[in-house]
Amino acid sequence: MIGSLDSNVPPGSMGDKWTQHKFDMKLVAPGNRRRFDVIVIGSGLAGASAAATLGEQGYNVKVFTYHDTPRRAHSIAAQGGINAAKNYKSDGDSVHRLFYDTVKGGDFRSREANVHRLAEVSLDIVDQSVAQGVPFAREYGGLLENRSFGGAQVSRTFYARGQTGQQLLLGAYQQMMNQVHAGSIQLHTRSEMLDLVVKDGAACGVIVRDLVTGDVTRHSAHAVLLCTGGYGNVFYLSTNAKYSNASATWRAHRRGALFANPCFTQIHPTCIPASDEFQSKLTLMSESLRNDGRIWVPTNPDETRSPDLIPEDERDYFLERKYPSFGNLVPRDVASRNAKTMVDEGKGVGPLKNGVYLDFAEARDRIGASTVYERYSNLFDMYQRITDEDPTKVPMRIYPAVHYTMGGLWVDYHLMSNVPGLFVLGEANFSDHGANRLGASALMQGLADGYFVISYTLANYLADHLGNQPVPLDDPVFNEAQQSVDDRMKRLLSIGGTKSVDHYHRELGKIMWTYCGMARDKAGLETALREIPALREDFWLNLRVLGDGPMNQSLERAGRVADLLELGELMVRDALDREESCGGHFREESQTPEGEALRRDDEYSYVAAWEWGGVGAAPQLHKEPLTFDSVHLSQRSYK
Amino acid sequence: MHVKLHVWRQAGPTTPGTMETYDAPGISEEMSFLEMLDVVNERLNADGQEPIAFEHDCREGICGSCGMMINGQAHGPQRGTATCQLHMRKFQDGAEIFIEPWRAAAFPVLKDLIVDRSAFDRIVESGGYITAPTGAAPDANLTLIPKEVADAAMDAAACIGCGACVAACPNSAGQLFTAAKINHLNLLPQGQAERYTRVQKMVDTMEEFFGSCTNHGECQEACPKDISIDFIAYMNRDYVKAQLKNRKLLSQD
Amino acid sequence: MALREADRAMATTMERPEIPPINPKRGGTAPWPVTFYRSAVGKKWVMAVTGIMVMGFVFFHAVGNLKVYLGAEDLNHYAEFLQQLLVPILPPTIALWIMRGGLLVAIVFHIHSAYGLTRMNHRANGSGYEQRRHYQAANAASRSMRWTGIVVGLFILFHLADLTFGTLNPDFVRDDVYRNLVASLSRPPVALIYIIANIGLGIHLFHGSWSMFQSLGLNNPRWNSWRKGFAIGFAGLVMVINVSFPIAVLTGVVSATNNPDCVTDGSVIVDCTQYENQEATP
Repeated sequence: MIGSLDSNVPPGSMGDKWTQHKFDMKLVAPGNRRRFDVIVIGSGLAGASAAATLGEQGYNVKVFTYHDTPRRAHSIAAQGGINAAKNYKSDGDSVHRLFYDTVKGGDFRSREANVHRLAEVSLDIVDQSVAQGVPFAREYGGLLENRSFGGAQVSRTFYARGQTGQQLLLGAYQQMMNQVHAGSIQLHTRSEMLDLVVKDGAACGVIVRDLVTGDVTRHSAHAVLLCTGGYGNVFYLSTNAKYSNASATWRAHRRGALFANPCFTQIHPTCIPASDEFQSKLTLMSESLRNDGRIWVPTNPDETRSPDLIPEDERDYFLERKYPSFGNLVPRDVASRNAKTMVDEGKGVGPLKNGVYLDFAEARDRIGASTVYERYSNLFDMYQRITDEDPTKVPMRIYPAVHYTMGGLWVDYHLMSNVPGLFVLGEANFSDHGANRLGASALMQGLADGYFVISYTLANYLADHLGNQPVPLDDPVFNEAQQSVDDRMKRLLSIGGTKSVDHYHRELGKIMWTYCGMARDKAGLETALREIPALREDFWLNLRVLGDGPMNQSLERAGRVADLLELGELMVRDALDREESCGGHFREESQTPEGEALRRDDEYSYVAAWEWGGVGAAPQLHKEPLTFDSVHLSQRSYK
Repeated sequence: MHVKLHVWRQAGPTTPGTMETYDAPGISEEMSFLEMLDVVNERLNADGQEPIAFEHDCREGICGSCGMMINGQAHGPQRGTATCQLHMRKFQDGAEIFIEPWRAAAFPVLKDLIVDRSAFDRIVESGGYITAPTGAAPDANLTLIPKEVADAAMDAAACIGCGACVAACPNSAGQLFTAAKINHLNLLPQGQAERYTRVQKMVDTMEEFFGSCTNHGECQEACPKDISIDFIAYMNRDYVKAQLKNRKLLSQD
Repeated sequence: MALREADRAMATTMERPEIPPINPKRGGTAPWPVTFYRSAVGKKWVMAVTGIMVMGFVFFHAVGNLKVYLGAEDLNHYAEFLQQLLVPILPPTIALWIMRGGLLVAIVFHIHSAYGLTRMNHRANGSGYEQRRHYQAANAASRSMRWTGIVVGLFILFHLADLTFGTLNPDFVRDDVYRNLVASLSRPPVALIYIIANIGLGIHLFHGSWSMFQSLGLNNPRWNSWRKGFAIGFAGLVMVINVSFPIAVLTGVVSATNNPDCVTDGSVIVDCTQYENQEATP
């Protein structure tokens, strides 16, 4: 049983909280730091930056990644950029405005104090990245270039071509490798965390499987940092990488950590639609395309002509029609939902009728085909590589896809979960984005947590444990944890059914996308709540995992999908419980007469933190009430 | 379409491998190469055979996980494209496709098409960074970096570390990777302090594991990010300079 | 720390395969030129520098030999000029010997580094592919450097034995460059050797004169596009000049009769004593 949730937000005015708190928190003296062992799971932006920083400060750090090298973490795929309230353009940006935009963009479901801290340290992140050699875009005079991103009214986004995530990750990775070289970090690649070890209610270690040798090993430490990203792969088709999974956070959840706001998922409107049933993942294209592209569908659902032969009066520019002032630039969730409505009405385009047109014909006539191409060359090339169609001649086909999950393990202001000693950083926690994340803010959050938050708050926690030895590896809690990991793997290998892991993953994805995707209603969610447990049952009866060697990709995937089959159910429960629409969560029952999302602040202005209740059993809901002192609650409108 | 695959199968690092043949009918032209392998694997699983192990992650050409020798070409026939973005429409119906793992002494095969590329991490570890501890950085706009320089550094930094350069090189040389990593940092003003020690350490580490460059230019052709071999030349120049610079420093000690 | 030991004790260890270093790090210290030369980048640099030295020689050797078309007097005069180089600062032929010595050292280093790199690359290559690589950029010249290098190396030995020491030239007359040249190249098998070897040299030079910019790090986007042109021009020029000699001799464009001092019988030289006497030892 968990008592009331204490967010540990320090007192004081919003602008001073973090500064004052940094002074109030306890420290660990440099000479004592080497007496602490810290485990970092995951080597993306959050994990690599945290490990590098803690290593530099003198802690003993162990990093585990299931990739062959830390640099492959999916942070690498972020395209757009990273926000920082530098106000280099003098266009009215400030820490307060970034804070305000993030809280409002998150549709008032985030914790104000965390967001303000994020906006504050955004300044330091860009400084740190530049010092490491991240080649951000530059003006001719040598100063940093900025652009406006995702409909923001100021230019605060720093970017490195369309590969900002890659460059920031390489920066953090290189800084971490410097510490590996120095000996302060032990790096374990191709090592997957399979369980969290908890003793007397506090996190004390992990169970890890070496994906090459198959060895399952125990690792003990004073603190465990989960930096393992989001769970978008529960939908099977998403823009997440194929290896991305929720096992680390889910295993921690099963060991007592609360999972907060699991139903908050972000759908990105401009992805390439699936081309056949074997589609393995979806590719995102920057939403900047909507600056020049017009979105439409044919008015006739049985239209068979090629798009250029369809006359203007038989086209429905539905975003321009419904939202005359914002038109094609409405926020991600609005654009996505409207595209879904069109496809659901049978007006979808393409061979599988699963997309809408994004047409550059008007821009081509206005500024010329070559200018259009120059502006979006890398996106056009990518589109052509995948679809074999030239977007300067034929309209693109786009459809929304799952992109980011705002939910995650519940953490307090110190980024510590309700399990003492277990810290959660980056996309893996729930904290900063509320119900919807702004563009170019994911990179910012991962690095803020890793570089500029965790070293202070971790020291505050560790200071009380000076002189304590880590739990010995032959302690019963380690025996139990390792035994459960071994048993589970044996069980997966011995089912001896007929269906593959991918089969179950795809089926789960279909249920989630249909009933818990862009729009959700009670009946659908209840259907999902029946179908997911049935699918899970089938999984444990009819799965086939072949191979007896130590290296076994099917076995790895089976464990991850087994966890997603449990997580999916929790997402549905959360979505069912939240009878309001906010940000990425749209309940059909809760909309304005115009069909817009209707938030219900009086009843749902809280963080829903769920406590594990057992497989198939109902989880217990804990609520952290949200108050808004600095930003006034308001309803969005894009008419 | 209907293709015939010849795939390298190897159970483990120490077991000998062989080429196995698989018939793959009913392949869609719209599939990516890896999706085609997914389909083949689903069928193998259904037939009770262990699926082909291969690495892949982001499937959008940026993570650098995937990589295989396809008909003797690293990442297959399409230029500037990683295996995950290669599509089956680039092959003819009825084609025979040979799929092998990267081969080099530094890339031992772990299983089937999976190789160990951790030698790349060793190179980076030896000096592929700018020492800038968290918190010590000056304001980002303090150092002016001409656009041309930032662009050139970005051209080098675009490397995804897939290993195609080594796989395609007749000498299994790691020069394009190493040069890309070095030049990303050595071209920037922030990287100047460690410029010569960096090139010295990274080249020395590279040569522990990889062959030498004989300027064939195969790496550039195979690179999914079109990284230029000019960077190899810049690396060579800096390495020679490092000999003189370091000597001076030593004499001052 | 205690934890570390416990850690090791607990791990059910199965070692991951180690990456085999093909050139294990050497301990100890050595002077920097030695460590530099031990590195592959250093060897390539040495190959490029020695290559440039040999290129210089090959170029002037070819251009100088064009005097053969002006007749024996000009050619032999040129040969004497080379012997008199830097006289009186140095005694006669010394400068020439210094140059020959430098050239020899360059060639030895060139071959030695090539040998070292080749062995290193064989070690780096591992087990190789079942299906051969489908080369995109590597051309015949770059792929055959090793073989054209060997051909040129053997040819140099033959060439020295033929025209410098005369051990392989039955008609050798010391210091009569023109006569020896014509005598050698009039024999079709020898002419054929010269033609083949010089084609090999041309191919070797083509890749080498492009590649040396890479090895020395002299690339510049501004002149990168000229490098291929330079390589084709340089290698082509040297090859055309060198191959022209045997062809010219075989076709009679250059023959002993061009030497007014020699008594000839048709194309075969009968007597050049008059000329030899004139060229009495200094």
